[in-house]
Amino acid sequence: MSRKKNLLGMLLVVPGVLFVVFFMLVPLFSLCLTSFFPQQSFSFSSYWGLFKDVYFQQVFMRSMRLSLLSTFVCALLGFPTAYYISKHSKHKGMMMAFAVFPMFTSPVIRSFSWMVILGKRGIVNNFLVAIGLFAKPQSLLYNEFSMTVGFVQLFLPQMILSLIGVMDNIPDDLTLAAGNLGAGRLRSFFEVVFPLSVSGLVTGSVLVFTGCMTAYTTPQLLGGADTRVLSTMVYQYAMSLRDWTQASVVAVVMIVVTMLVSSVFNTVSKKVNPIA
Amino acid sequence: MKKHFGLGLITFLVYVFLIGPLLVIALASFSETKALVFPGKGFTLEWYAKVLTMTSFIESAKLSIVIAIAGTAIALLLGLPAAYALNRFRFKGKEFIKTLFLSPVLIPCIVLGFIMLRYVVNAYDLEVVPSLLIGHTLLSIPYVMRVVTSSLANFDFATEEAACSLGATRVYTFFNVVLPNIKSGIASACIMSVINSFNNVSLSAFLTGPGVTMLPIEIMSYVEYHFDPTIAAIATILMVATLGVMLLIEKTLGLQSVV
Repeated sequence: MSRKKNLLGMLLVVPGVLFVVFFMLVPLFSLCLTSFFPQQSFSFSSYWGLFKDVYFQQVFMRSMRLSLLSTFVCALLGFPTAYYISKHSKHKGMMMAFAVFPMFTSPVIRSFSWMVILGKRGIVNNFLVAIGLFAKPQSLLYNEFSMTVGFVQLFLPQMILSLIGVMDNIPDDLTLAAGNLGAGRLRSFFEVVFPLSVSGLVTGSVLVFTGCMTAYTTPQLLGGADTRVLSTMVYQYAMSLRDWTQASVVAVVMIVVTMLVSSVFNTVSKKVNPIA
Repeated sequence: MKKHFGLGLITFLVYVFLIGPLLVIALASFSETKALVFPGKGFTLEWYAKVLTMTSFIESAKLSIVIAIAGTAIALLLGLPAAYALNRFRFKGKEFIKTLFLSPVLIPCIVLGFIMLRYVVNAYDLEVVPSLLIGHTLLSIPYVMRVVTSSLANFDFATEEAACSLGATRVYTFFNVVLPNIKSGIASACIMSVINSFNNVSLSAFLTGPGVTMLPIEIMSYVEYHFDPTIAAIATILMVATLGVMLLIEKTLGLQSVV
């Protein structure tokens, strides 16, 4: 490889690198740096202050709880769906398209649709009043339930698509062989199909979890003032309260948590994946 | 088929859950009632007519489209040469540079918006439009890099060598040999990136200013105070546009290439 080619390569890369470094990496470092220097000297005090704050603890736990719950529900609903589409559906292309369509539709519209459905005059309320479960219509919105519903609908397509990706690669011969060797349908599912799908399940789970942890539109529209999550907290501190120090600390916590959880998921997947 | 009845039923219900709410909105947009309800009453197109008279929506939609396309174009201008160089040449820190280009997708958008506002927009006193443009370019770079890198990985560089040894210049070869081979990859990257950018809320929420705003932000603030079928009408227009884009992708590139 000649020196001239080397130089050409560098020249082609440099504008992009400068752009990302200048507009993202430097601001990111400044963010971390300032969060450790609340006053002139280095200290963890902003972080200690935050972690001791009961309000922050509640918000943090709520974010974790809703994200984990939504990930679990997505896995539970996504697995059979992906399996059916990958192995038994006659209209696979169309099914995939119907999963992609909501992904391409704005999260604002998708969250808003639940405001129509779950609201006081919504179809769910009408039904519950009609069958006598509710005496009078009551809002099912602005609580953890509506947020979870919103999250699951928002990120379920990602889970389905990543699962279909791995399930398409499982040869039908394997389940046939398991059947021939005397395994029932359930046993061949749990001992053949499931272990081979774990990598897709993990990819999907990381997407759903990080998606829920960082989503802003859904908690903003379907959550209320007392169901704040980390992302709405960052926005509130930064834009409503203009407390940039607090906003920075919460932002750093968000980055660390999403990265930590993704790497834990990935490590677990490597351990349980039989072929990796 | 009866064997898989249970699985089929779950799949059906999951799809009702995914698509149903969107249908509800579409149907509610034709309702004659003042408030947004489902099932609505009667049939009217007045809410669609109202959307067309609301300049705030029209203006913000225009800006959203311009920013999404311009941001993707700049991301392509920065990303395409970089992706080419990363595939074609050997130099120090290659892995680091690759990670760097993909990193904007790892940082939560809401954090990206916040640090852009604090350390770029406020620090250099930027106007709203250039700030949005920079932010949305950052959003698009990972999309462009990921797809272009993978289509370049499937390209046989021996073809390029052949063109060069037959006397074509490097630049000529790039535009006439390399580019035509990866153009469908580039097209699908651009479509994904434009859609993602158009729908973005958390980044734009920090960067829009009074009077200059993006469509999703405008819709969100409208929803906070109003609850009428106008929003349902806008949502339906956007969904029809999305379907149109999807059909276009299916006809030209195949939907499989973008997911």
